[in-house]
Amino acid sequence: MPATGKHAMTLFTRIAETQRAAVSFSLDGRSVTALAGDTVLTAVLTQADRLRMSELNGKPRAGFCLIGACQDCWMRTEDGQPLRACSTEIQAGMRLLTAVSGASHE
Amino acid sequence: MNEPRIVIVGAGPAGVRAAEVLAAAGLRPVLVDENQRAGGQIYRQPPAGFVRSAKQLYGFESSKADALHRTFNKLRSHIDYLPETLVWNCAGRQLDLLGHGRYQSLPYSLPYSHLILCTGAIDRVLPFPGWLLPGVYTLGAAQVALKAQGCVIGSRIVLVGSGPLLYLLAYQYAKAGASIAAVLDTSSFSGKLRATFDLLKQPLTLAKGLYFFAWLRCHGVKVVEGVEKIAVSGEQKVKAISWHQNGREQTLECDAVASGFGLRSETQLADLAGCAFEFSQLNQQWLPQRDLAGRSSVKGVYLAGDGGGIAGADAAELAGKRAALALLEDLGKTIDLREGRRLDRALQRMQGFRRGLERAFPAPVAWARECADEEIICRCEEISAGELRRAVNHAGTLEMNRLKALTRVGMGRCQGRVCSAAAAEILACSAGKSLAEIGRLRGQPPIKPFPVAVGVALSPARETS
Repeated sequence: MPATGKHAMTLFTRIAETQRAAVSFSLDGRSVTALAGDTVLTAVLTQADRLRMSELNGKPRAGFCLIGACQDCWMRTEDGQPLRACSTEIQAGMRLLTAVSGASHE
Repeated sequence: MNEPRIVIVGAGPAGVRAAEVLAAAGLRPVLVDENQRAGGQIYRQPPAGFVRSAKQLYGFESSKADALHRTFNKLRSHIDYLPETLVWNCAGRQLDLLGHGRYQSLPYSLPYSHLILCTGAIDRVLPFPGWLLPGVYTLGAAQVALKAQGCVIGSRIVLVGSGPLLYLLAYQYAKAGASIAAVLDTSSFSGKLRATFDLLKQPLTLAKGLYFFAWLRCHGVKVVEGVEKIAVSGEQKVKAISWHQNGREQTLECDAVASGFGLRSETQLADLAGCAFEFSQLNQQWLPQRDLAGRSSVKGVYLAGDGGGIAGADAAELAGKRAALALLEDLGKTIDLREGRRLDRALQRMQGFRRGLERAFPAPVAWARECADEEIICRCEEISAGELRRAVNHAGTLEMNRLKALTRVGMGRCQGRVCSAAAAEILACSAGKSLAEIGRLRGQPPIKPFPVAVGVALSPARETS
């Protein structure tokens, strides 16, 4: 069952380079902040423990290769735009969803 | 004679060194790269505004990384550089490109007379129970998180697999302050010992590997060799990992796992460019044919770096130079033949070392036999090992493209980059054939999905109303 509740837990931990400017964005309707230069993947996984739900079995996914090869980290904005989280830089005002599947099936 | 139109794909060690040689000969190559900044994966540069020094980012390799970045910066005005640009097709001697990231654009074409492919590699992936869970990444991914984003993938991390990257990453993570719960090596100590002769061909590299190993032991990091039957458990994300050693099962709580079993070349563009392939026993992969200088079977198409067979970053720099020299020679220019021969000898020596690495860190031989039917092999389409085996046992499939047509394995968004090594192992094992006999997945455009919806800008100006 796709969980849509709170995300108290995160996957990634910041260990360096924490002196960058804050960037505000929206994640599942929550107002949160990332740091300038974060990828969308970093921005989301330092706030949550998934990027999207699998369109096939409804289980959470959180990326895999981080170099734009595996295509596991496609997620969606509130207005339905798909984006590859590992190779897209976070921008202020982005409105991202994790409770939906990442990309339409070809 | 028309001016040659030279395109280099990939701005890692091979691509940058190739561009350097061509620019020095008075030519102006186009350098296309998917990343924001030059350096490839190994010498990947964090985005602007990050402050760690090269020493902190690249450790022992910092002087090489610095040198490559400096070379690139000097080259900038002498080449046409297209960062954040995906090459998604190659046909009729032209490349189809798409700018992405902050530079939105529509697809456009770039004709070439000469093409140097420096497309690099990704981790070789072998699935295990739980590998789809959030918190499981490739070794390369874990490294990119640290290098390019200043993050680690969890707060209690297990590294598992085989190959030099396993120990390098463990060292880098531990040194950066990450908590490494264990390093689980599927290769054995005795195998590494048997490989010593070949590994001594690059004594400095071997010494670094031994240093990482010793450093980890000295700092109390748990290192287990000869590991089998890896399984990750958890519901919504990683909770624990279990494995067997000498027949005894052990379990460890953790919240993240990075795994990898060596590297695989990214060969899709070489395929679309029409290059002939051959099976490489050393790499256990079908690779584009090339001569020592990097010439492919197609006139005017060259291969350099890990994209044409894994040899590492140092070899990639030499191979990039060598391919550029071959290109100049093919253009009828006078080249420094002594330099060419020097590079040839150095590259051959490095092949010896590479043989040693394969002996020291072999991919687990029993993997395909032991992989359970319910295990998902393809993470794009969620196709199980059982489905692949049924295609072999019931439909008599003996070839990779046939397996793809029947099961959709390799047809998903990643085009088999992640699953094809494992799927090939399953097919070969079930069919009683060798990896060479079952063939290889053919590349298809677009070799990657467009990273954003084409023509629809995801601009920073799109604010909440």
